[in-house]
Amino acid sequence: MAAAPENRSGSSGREGAVDTDPALPPTAVDDAVRESEDSKWTPGKIALWAAISLLGGVAWFMLAIVRGETVNAIWFVFASVCTYLIGYRFYSKVIERFITKPDDRRATPAEYKADGKDYVRTDRNVLFGHHFAAIAGAGPLVGPVIAAQMGYLPGTIWIIVGVVLAGAVQDYLVMFFSMRRGGRSLGQMAREELGVIGGTAALVATLLIMVIIVAILALVVVNALGESPWGVFSVGMTIPIALFMGVYLRYLRPGKVMEVSIIGFVLLMAAIIGGGIVAETAWGADVFTLDKVTIAWGLIVYGFIAAILPVWLLLAPRDYLSTFMKIGVIVMLALAIIVVRPEINVPAFSEFASRENGPVFPGALFPFLFVTIACGALSGFHALISSGTTPKLVEKERQTRFIGYGGMLMESFVAIMALVAAISIDRGLYFAMNAPAALTGGSVETAATWVNSLGLAGVNITPELLAETARNVGEQSVVSRTGGAPTLAVGLAHIMQQFIGGTAMMSFWYHFAIMFEALFILTAVDAGTRVARFMLQDSIGNFVPKFKEASWRPGAWLCTAIMVGAWGAVLLMGVTDPLGGINTLFPLFGIANQLLAAIALSVCLAIVAKRGTFKYLWIVALPLAFAAVVTITASYQKIFSPTPAVGYFANNAAFSKALADGKTEFGTAKTVAAMEAVVRNTAIQGWLSVVFVVLSIIVIATAVLATVKAFRNRGTGTEKDNEDPALPSRVFAPAGLIPTAAERELMAEWEKVPANLRFERAGHH
Amino acid sequence: MSAGLAVLSSGFRGFARYVSGVLGADAYAKYLEHHRASGHSGPPLTEREFWRDRTDRQDANPQGRCC
Repeated sequence: MAAAPENRSGSSGREGAVDTDPALPPTAVDDAVRESEDSKWTPGKIALWAAISLLGGVAWFMLAIVRGETVNAIWFVFASVCTYLIGYRFYSKVIERFITKPDDRRATPAEYKADGKDYVRTDRNVLFGHHFAAIAGAGPLVGPVIAAQMGYLPGTIWIIVGVVLAGAVQDYLVMFFSMRRGGRSLGQMAREELGVIGGTAALVATLLIMVIIVAILALVVVNALGESPWGVFSVGMTIPIALFMGVYLRYLRPGKVMEVSIIGFVLLMAAIIGGGIVAETAWGADVFTLDKVTIAWGLIVYGFIAAILPVWLLLAPRDYLSTFMKIGVIVMLALAIIVVRPEINVPAFSEFASRENGPVFPGALFPFLFVTIACGALSGFHALISSGTTPKLVEKERQTRFIGYGGMLMESFVAIMALVAAISIDRGLYFAMNAPAALTGGSVETAATWVNSLGLAGVNITPELLAETARNVGEQSVVSRTGGAPTLAVGLAHIMQQFIGGTAMMSFWYHFAIMFEALFILTAVDAGTRVARFMLQDSIGNFVPKFKEASWRPGAWLCTAIMVGAWGAVLLMGVTDPLGGINTLFPLFGIANQLLAAIALSVCLAIVAKRGTFKYLWIVALPLAFAAVVTITASYQKIFSPTPAVGYFANNAAFSKALADGKTEFGTAKTVAAMEAVVRNTAIQGWLSVVFVVLSIIVIATAVLATVKAFRNRGTGTEKDNEDPALPSRVFAPAGLIPTAAERELMAEWEKVPANLRFERAGHH
Repeated sequence: MSAGLAVLSSGFRGFARYVSGVLGADAYAKYLEHHRASGHSGPPLTEREFWRDRTDRQDANPQGRCC
């Protein structure tokens, strides 16, 4: 890369430090023009924002204050969208103005490192979709469903307020800072900004957290497919479909991505319909009815093979399929909710909101609601996506607000829609589906008796309703189908059948929902295993250099086996857990995800402090403090709570004591082997919590130290700036979805520039 | 009638182009554009070579997919 004479990056005078080519039109809208455009409030603009605020206010009033029998789902849409618009228009601009301070005169990595392959300037709207497809998966579809135990309001408030003040802030900042560093990963940034100790702790924590996240996502799939021949067949068929697509793209018609995606989508629909037919036959039911342990082992073997196969054969084609489905599903879900507008009869706060013994997940509202819903409100995993791939594709610095902050708002909206779909079903049905079999007893009669014994207002469920629901969705049973995915699928089927097809189509819609959730999760499992394997290889490579060679097979296979073994062990532990699995492990998923968010925000805090922005440090410190308090409190309770349902070690002690007393059954564990399993599982879960929280506290502490040091050194210019040198940009593109008047003017000027001048790069190659 | 149809078809085409952009189907076209613009001396990769190279590089440089 030729060094440009304009290379004058320094801590002082960062703005305006780049001199762009005078022969070209400006590469950025003039600051004064943009300011005046921004601060000029025309009557039309005032009316628009007054209307948005008013509508949002009315919607929140309907959700939070009015206590009718039911509430219409449309108010969820209005409350969320209006809040997102206000957060995007006002709060993200504050962040842009005082923290990130983008400069469109600077070239982005996609421009100064352009190679036509990894670093490619990408249209902002396309990149928005691309980034959204990479961050959104099954997480926002699962967490809100589980959190609905506490009623709709706590989850709704956290998803909407959390994303505006925390989740979207994290995604935006990580993306921006990674972009200023040539697309460096979160791990590399942690190392640079926090030093060896903080960086190493961040790396180890990230690796462990990925193991937990992959394991629990896999558990969701296993729970959705257990004893479901239809689901096993249609999800199983995605493997040959993906293999076919891979071969098609590699050998038959290279590069015809759209074409093969459509073929794959048609085959996928055929697999769903075919699954219903196969499950009806005696042999089909015989072959594809698998218990959860078998499916878990199948997934582990699959995970290993998928992670060592070349990307073109399985991962790349399934990624196309998954992205294709994602766009379709979101559009479908939004349309269905807006058209059908289901009435919700779940109370704003349920009986379990003020207790800590809920059957779906144990623990009090604070902090456990805030860890149960991670994706959609604040998801640390996004920091791994927002650093790395997307920053290498951004065309102009100002677009990161739209892509980073806006992309996360979109994911939050998906979470809201999942919540609406899940709470549109009967409340009794919700608890019968989401409580572990240890409580419901597993049959429709015992489940109905147990649900009715909870004393929930307005709940009176019959065994017939449970049996009929199972029949309608084409399953043998819906009792204790924990994990969130089946509940969302029933909710979606319930809404969609009012929109298209009626009751006869319910089983199709149910399995369609299971299919896309499984597809998202399998892609995440596959990619997560690969990323974790590379991180492990890289770490071992510091001691045994041979491991750093990605192409060295034994090293790659060994590291893959270690990673698959790690998540496989946690998965099996969850599947065989006598206490239910999801209810004990899901809090760990949320805690892990949000500890990763705390790590990412810590890195951002240190960077913002080193840039000398102290007055607005609270924008980063606020979500960091909240994430830290929530996760550390949750971890503390998981480790030290004397209530066995909440504290891992309290439960461990209770079961150990029962074993020592010679009891042969205790609580929900009916055999000595089951009791021993509980003792083992709770010990592992407890120690994992300890390791996570200790590592995260180290990272947060190093970040706070770096911040304090930066504060002491402020104004001395001694803080090292790890940004890439500023290079002048030679292109222009608007910042947001709709170009402003000034941007359109500038675009017209650029249109007149001869093509050969527009993006020439002298001295390249 | 035909005008409405034209609007519909151009809208659909725009949507298809958008989806293919999100999927990354236009990667080769962008590579060629880059290759032309940056004045490389050698000939560009063929379409088949490009896609092979692309997935093979992903083998050594995996991208995360989120939950």
